[in-house]
Amino acid sequence: MNIHEYQAQELLNRFEVPTPRGKAASTADEAEAAARWLGVNTMVVKAQIHAGGRGKGTFKSGLKGGVQLCKTTAQVREIAGQMLGQVLVTKQTGAEGRLVRKVMVAEAKEIERELYVAILLDRARGCPMLLASIHGGMDIEAVAEEHPDSIVRESIHPALGLQPYQTRKIARRLGFPASQTRAACSLLHSLYQAFIKLDCNLVEINPLVVTKGGEVLALDAKFGFDDNALFRHPEVVELRDVNEEDPREVEASKIGLNYIGLDGDIGCMVNGAGLAMSTMDIIKFYGGNPANFLDVGGGADEEQVTGAFKILLADKRTKAVLVNIFGGIMKCDVIAQGIINAAKAVGMKVPLVVRLEGTNVEEGRRMLKESGLALQAATDLADAARRAVEAAKGA
Amino acid sequence: MAILVGSNTKLVVQGITGKSGAFHTRACMAYGTKVVAGVTPARGGEMFDDKVPVFDTVAEARKATGCNVSMIFVPPAFAADAILEAVDAGVELVVCITEGIPVLDMMRVRVAMQGCGSTLIGPNCPGIITPGVCKIGIMPGYIHKPGGVGVVSRSGTLTYEAVWQLSERGYGQSTCIGIGGDPIHGLSHIDCIRMFNEDPGTEAIIMIGEIGGTDEEEAADYIKAHVRKPVAAFIAGATAPPGRRMGHAGAIITGGKGTAQAKIKALEAAGIAVAPTPAQMGETIIKAMGR
Repeated sequence: MNIHEYQAQELLNRFEVPTPRGKAASTADEAEAAARWLGVNTMVVKAQIHAGGRGKGTFKSGLKGGVQLCKTTAQVREIAGQMLGQVLVTKQTGAEGRLVRKVMVAEAKEIERELYVAILLDRARGCPMLLASIHGGMDIEAVAEEHPDSIVRESIHPALGLQPYQTRKIARRLGFPASQTRAACSLLHSLYQAFIKLDCNLVEINPLVVTKGGEVLALDAKFGFDDNALFRHPEVVELRDVNEEDPREVEASKIGLNYIGLDGDIGCMVNGAGLAMSTMDIIKFYGGNPANFLDVGGGADEEQVTGAFKILLADKRTKAVLVNIFGGIMKCDVIAQGIINAAKAVGMKVPLVVRLEGTNVEEGRRMLKESGLALQAATDLADAARRAVEAAKGA
Repeated sequence: MAILVGSNTKLVVQGITGKSGAFHTRACMAYGTKVVAGVTPARGGEMFDDKVPVFDTVAEARKATGCNVSMIFVPPAFAADAILEAVDAGVELVVCITEGIPVLDMMRVRVAMQGCGSTLIGPNCPGIITPGVCKIGIMPGYIHKPGGVGVVSRSGTLTYEAVWQLSERGYGQSTCIGIGGDPIHGLSHIDCIRMFNEDPGTEAIIMIGEIGGTDEEEAADYIKAHVRKPVAAFIAGATAPPGRRMGHAGAIITGGKGTAQAKIKALEAAGIAVAPTPAQMGETIIKAMGR
């Protein structure tokens, strides 16, 4: 789950991580009011979409830059008005771009230094790790390549938490003078609190800035939340913006399915994440392209299977559908009934390849056969993949 | 011969009265597993299916029945606590089937388990089975066949696929272990491979991995240095889009490791036969066994 920049800023502030002051606005009027509230001479208006590269992006209207400096409240009003309701295209949005529904108006700071700080889950050690570098404002992968020695790693003991000596050590490595050390350490402790209390697997501050006035501020933040822990964080779930997500994924999440949209043309329905991934792999191996990852899991009922199948068929890119089920907990007859229901409801317009194995397989195969649905029954996984690839090419 | 579970296994099921707990307990009993106790708080004193006594706590179950292995079907919000309860009661092997446990919960469980005498399998796993003897988990029993191939895997249904390919070709399994798909888990690939390597009943080993983490790379180093039995592997997720679970900072910590390509490269460099597709897991190990 991703959140907007203004939401990330609100979360940080809630945990007392200092950021430049700012407010979100949905209209030019609100933007102007926010600018007045800020009461400063230099402000920045930032388009709020779930994609990077906004500063260098271009609006379909012709306006250049999704992040703009303004000197007056009138200018903030004008720029916000030009951004809101327009589609912004960046290197991460693809050619279709994203509709801007909100902008953030924030105070612009004069920056002395840009640093990098992140806390993430180190799965090998099974503990959180603090990662920092004096090279901020650029992609951390690029930093790792160009300045590998600048990256500081500090493991955090899960039971003890981030210790004061650790933050002092990091502050020294990041070159904070004595006058700024207290602020830097305090920011790191607050950041760790946010990481733990919000059940994150990543909190990344890039850049962490030191202003000309000597303040230490989080300028931009990225949160990665643990999906498994969302049940105990209604305050995080509330921040979800379905407008920013793949509509196929939104549909799937409504019926409790694990779906990830891809750009191929073979729709896949599989049980189990490992088998679902391998099904994508084998489709690629035989020269095809999967349209999605879809794990219907072990406990899906007929309704969920029907819903899943409808999502596959609704996708205009889909040229063939491959169902690969190895029933353990999942029973093949439940899958068969779901397929039959969905095909009846929306009509099968593309070739369907089905490979069933496992619990109640005979019953499932019989039901599909008697339903009169036009489908190809595959004998094994390789056969299923070959048939699906063939079918998609022929369509 | 087999590893971890066999005829001496006395199973306690935590969450035995829940819907899936009850369903799979019955399937395990039907397979021949000795289920000696169940635990559901506030349900102590009941009998499950007129056969298995239910206790309020694992400690009481252990005292009364001597159960030495636990299977956990407790919902995700309470599963970490259930693991710790089993460990506290001195249960030797804890198999946690539950999917969806918050990772920070598992992080604390892992620290708490350091230095204790218990072993954890999972969470988010299908369980462990010694074919023909003892099934602990949710895998369909009938696809398995007693024999000499040890199977260790991060995935559930993909394991069934591998086991099926083996059984269909007449090759049985010594023990099959699903170590689970969560970032922080109990037994790792290496732990299982070490046990399979020392088990006289295991002739060959299949390791089924996935993208993410460095478990498979570490196992490759271990296999190269210590294992003389034939080993085959498969890595799922060669075509998975990057960055869907964790951002850039996650990639840096493993030094570029974690992709399927990196894992396959590490495995092949260690002389392990890697199946090019999931449909060839069975034939790859059979070929490596020289038959």
